[in-house]
Amino acid sequence: MSESDQDWDEASPERLYVITGGRSGPSEHVVLDLVTLIVSRSPPQPTMQPEHVAIVRMCSSPLSVAEISAYLELPFSVVTVLLADLLADERVEARKPVPPALLPDVELLEAVMRGLQKL
Amino acid sequence: MDFRSSDTLPGPRSEDILPSTAAAAVKVVIVGGFGVGKTTLVGSVSEIRPLSTEETMTQAGVGVDDVHGVEQKAATTVAMDFGRITLNEQLVLYLFGTPGQQRFWFLWNGLFDGALGAVVMVDTRRLEVSFDVIGRLEERGVPFVVAINTFPEAPSYPTEELRSALDLPGNVPIVNCDARARTSSRDVLMTLMRYLHSLTATPEHT
Repeated sequence: MSESDQDWDEASPERLYVITGGRSGPSEHVVLDLVTLIVSRSPPQPTMQPEHVAIVRMCSSPLSVAEISAYLELPFSVVTVLLADLLADERVEARKPVPPALLPDVELLEAVMRGLQKL
Repeated sequence: MDFRSSDTLPGPRSEDILPSTAAAAVKVVIVGGFGVGKTTLVGSVSEIRPLSTEETMTQAGVGVDDVHGVEQKAATTVAMDFGRITLNEQLVLYLFGTPGQQRFWFLWNGLFDGALGAVVMVDTRRLEVSFDVIGRLEERGVPFVVAINTFPEAPSYPTEELRSALDLPGNVPIVNCDARARTSSRDVLMTLMRYLHSLTATPEHT
């Protein structure tokens, strides 16, 4: 705990405002689900803000938006703003969740069942 | 590409890293009243120690009946515990559950969008808390199964009696489970998948 930013109240609205630059949701048409998998495309750059660096680092292997939120201890909506920046700059790629459908397709369900069977 | 350089950085432990081939994820939501065992179930089947993500309900709550009148400073933090099961090299399943107040779940944007389905966990000592959850899932068209978490001290009822008490359609599976046991929790998820499978085969479902 050597960083001066540890003085922040981690959950304070001010802190979240600074991290997101005052934005409250992703711009453009980025639709990120809790289970969208994020993967880095390149190493973090020294010019990036710390939260972006942290995301790029932890996503060297695929990680869901929910997991990023948990590890950064930031709300889901804040993480989606940060990810929208990284996606726009092509620092990370998003592997879309299986598209929402009225009902999941049979092949998908069978793959899930085979996976569960192994538990 | 590996550019992790320190153990102190936030991120998954090395044993919690997903294969780089992981291409898509699906989710199942575990719902039910307080203390019914949702987090226990998630923890017993998850390959990672359950994590927690949160959302602050502010704008999301505006205009919604539940928080009407408290728009200006209404900020409620809803935390969700979740776990993960890597199903194969490409596909990952996430399970979301929360010990929080269930009415807020339905304000969480996108939680149920794209979910394969839901598991409603029920404690037979407090059936009434399940009515609201079941009603909301039905409204949203989210397919679900009912899992009775068998607490030793809870009374056990015949399935059909529970079905009628919960006003459930005849095709919705009701299963007993012990949320602490991995295989039992896994079987609940299998029941949900078989149910979803049966729905795809009978297009006239509602």
